[in-house]
Amino acid sequence: MKVGVFICHCGENIGRTVDCPKVAEAAGKLPGVVHSVDYKYMCSDPGQNLIKQAIKEKELDAVVVGSCSPHMHEKTFRKAVEGAGINPFLCEIANIREHCSWVHENKDEGTDKSIDLIRYAVEKVKRNEPLTTIRVPITKRAMVIGGGISGIQASLDIANAGYEVVLVEKEPSIGGHMSQLSETFPTLDCSQCILTPRMVEVYQHPKIKLMSFSEVEKVEGFIGNFKVTVRKKARFVDDEKCTGCGDCIQNCPIKKKALSEFDENLTTRTAIYVPFPQAVPNIPVIDSEICTYFKNGKCSMCVKVCGRGAIDFEQKDKLIEEEVGAIIVATGFKLYSIEKKPEDSPIKGYGEYGYGKYKDVIDGLQFERIASASGPTEGEFLRPSDNTVPKKIVFIQCVGSRDEAKGFSYCSKICCMYTAKHAMLYKHKVHDGEAYVFYMDIRAGGKMYEEFVRRAIEEDDVKYIRGRVSKIYEENGKYMVKGEDTIAGVPVTIDADMVVLATAMIPQPESKKLAQTIGIPYDSYGFFNEVHPKLRPVESSTGGVFLAGACQSPRDIPESVSMASAAASKALVLFGSDFLEREPIVAKVNENICAGCFYCKKVCPYNAIEIKEIPSKNGKPVRVVAYVNEGLCQGCGTCNATCPSKSVELTGYTDAQIFAEISAI
Amino acid sequence: MITEEIIRNTSQNPNICYQCGKCSAGCPIRNYMDDSPNKIIRYIQLGLYEKALNSDTIWLCAGCLTCSTRCPKEFDLAKFMDALREIALKEGIKVKEKNLLKFHKAFLNQIKKHGRAYELGLVREYKLATGDMMSDVDVAPAMFMKGKIGILPHNIKDRKGMKDIFEKTEVKIK
Repeated sequence: MKVGVFICHCGENIGRTVDCPKVAEAAGKLPGVVHSVDYKYMCSDPGQNLIKQAIKEKELDAVVVGSCSPHMHEKTFRKAVEGAGINPFLCEIANIREHCSWVHENKDEGTDKSIDLIRYAVEKVKRNEPLTTIRVPITKRAMVIGGGISGIQASLDIANAGYEVVLVEKEPSIGGHMSQLSETFPTLDCSQCILTPRMVEVYQHPKIKLMSFSEVEKVEGFIGNFKVTVRKKARFVDDEKCTGCGDCIQNCPIKKKALSEFDENLTTRTAIYVPFPQAVPNIPVIDSEICTYFKNGKCSMCVKVCGRGAIDFEQKDKLIEEEVGAIIVATGFKLYSIEKKPEDSPIKGYGEYGYGKYKDVIDGLQFERIASASGPTEGEFLRPSDNTVPKKIVFIQCVGSRDEAKGFSYCSKICCMYTAKHAMLYKHKVHDGEAYVFYMDIRAGGKMYEEFVRRAIEEDDVKYIRGRVSKIYEENGKYMVKGEDTIAGVPVTIDADMVVLATAMIPQPESKKLAQTIGIPYDSYGFFNEVHPKLRPVESSTGGVFLAGACQSPRDIPESVSMASAAASKALVLFGSDFLEREPIVAKVNENICAGCFYCKKVCPYNAIEIKEIPSKNGKPVRVVAYVNEGLCQGCGTCNATCPSKSVELTGYTDAQIFAEISAI
Repeated sequence: MITEEIIRNTSQNPNICYQCGKCSAGCPIRNYMDDSPNKIIRYIQLGLYEKALNSDTIWLCAGCLTCSTRCPKEFDLAKFMDALREIALKEGIKVKEKNLLKFHKAFLNQIKKHGRAYELGLVREYKLATGDMMSDVDVAPAMFMKGKIGILPHNIKDRKGMKDIFEKTEVKIK
């Protein structure tokens, strides 16, 4: 084998500490090396041409480049070598910059070490095999988990680009938290008015398969080739037959046994119900916990009134398998509740605010329902305890958020804005009312955000008090809110009729479990982690799984929508090619000597080892051996190190190659 | 210098305080103080030690721990105030409030002797030190009835151990 060696000076980077001509000269004397030169910038066009020319003129079979880290320019040089007609995997990099010149001062020692590094790279390259990149086919179909505004946006973007989408939503309807909101900051446009058309678009889109009241149970496979098992929970209503007329709901005798999830427990709902009138799909669900039929089999009023015979008490959960190439996780958030928590919970309740025992101390989402025209009070500001108009409302920001003692040190980001909106909406309807906001800092970074908060203070006369509230207690029918104005340095106690707490945004309670099912990392709170916070903000570290919205950290609507579109575009980039090209550095099993102990299967961090049956001549299975799924294998070499019979080798890094490298030093 | 001493004596860093004011908001004696409790931490953060050590707030603090219990940053302000009182005494700073130091000493003496608070002993020592025999006498019967003042002290088992702690740590007042 004829090997060519090329030593780069990297300007002064290598040249200052390493005598490059001397290294080239020494390399020329190594066994197998027929050509050896040095050059100022090997990665430049003339430098690359130098390599290409030498390959042709000296008929080289393999190349070693002594230069920077392979992270930097391995691709460059492999491409150059390929251009001259050699298999790119017959080009090796000896890192004489990061591993040598940058960490040494003495030029003689640096030069000697460089020669050592070149020598072992030459020994390795002599044993390299020509390899070809692995091509994995891509299923051009996406799954979106979560049907809030992020999930809706991502689904529509992918579907409008012409690819099929499976949208999985765990609740009976899509819409998420945005469907509960009254108006949205900073423009005060009606949330439902801008959201519901999109929900309908999703439902009617020929490329979107909507699976509501369903949850992801199992995820197998890898980028471009996922197999997802979805549990379609029993609705007890046949979605093929139901027309959504609502007769069953009107006639259901169980009216007060369950609190409405959509109205944040401010109203009750029937046993057979749709979460809200604009629900998509508009198909009811039976709550088997409270339905009389499921208790004693006596009532079947819904069956009697349903003209289509759509009620099916015998319906069971169904497991449905979907094959997709990309997954977008958009499971959103939940609000922290101030209720008392179990002793061992890392999250604490708010005893000083009454642990949720005061009826008129509510959270932000409950206030949204009260303010909403479709809410329990039809948009009139009435307090829950006695349906009177509160004349004095106190809003408290950072409840749970930025509070390490309660278990969260992060800022929930959206509360400053929605509290200003709440105070504003209240002042617009109750002109003689007083609104107070206790805040720590106002974080209004965003287009027209600061102006919006200033408008609440300057035009609507909302009184902002800087300080955290220490206690809320009841006295003579008022809620006494005890705080300190830290700017004036005076204690403040306000006798409020109602208190609204801007509680922290926290991940969905099942988020950690879902992350484990899919195989994506999450932080200590349960928010999903991106690969790189700046440059790869919507990708999880698992290939083909993307993130959008508040499942990643607290976000508002514009940000969630932007990220959803970004995640969709990442999926579309994947769908842009028919095959996925991967480096062929994967494990290979020698089936002749594999004993089938499957230690490798136990240690593989990527679940890439499968069980393969070896049949005899008559087709009956004789024994089992390990088989590496090239799509999943990341080439970490753990199986290689574990295998007791040495029957797994890592392509490109075989034991023979590594031992040759070591002996050369 | 003083910041280091506070950190050493209280094992907490005053810089973690983000000045939300929840301590002041919940303080039962806030109305009697010139400076709010959160302001004392602010003085230390800014290096205005004189202001903090001369403030009556550190002496009016009753050590009820409401602030420490409710602090979102889990900063133990009551402990912090105690460290400041100790430093103020070491530095020889005069306590503005009349008789306050006498109460402080009388209280600590009970701990030294009995290992825990002994209310009757505290009242006796404080009254003897101040010569003010009559004030607050009217509330005594109600407090007896409610069991707030016991007749005999409840000593801890290892009183010598407590005495040793005092001998090692007691501040010599200038």
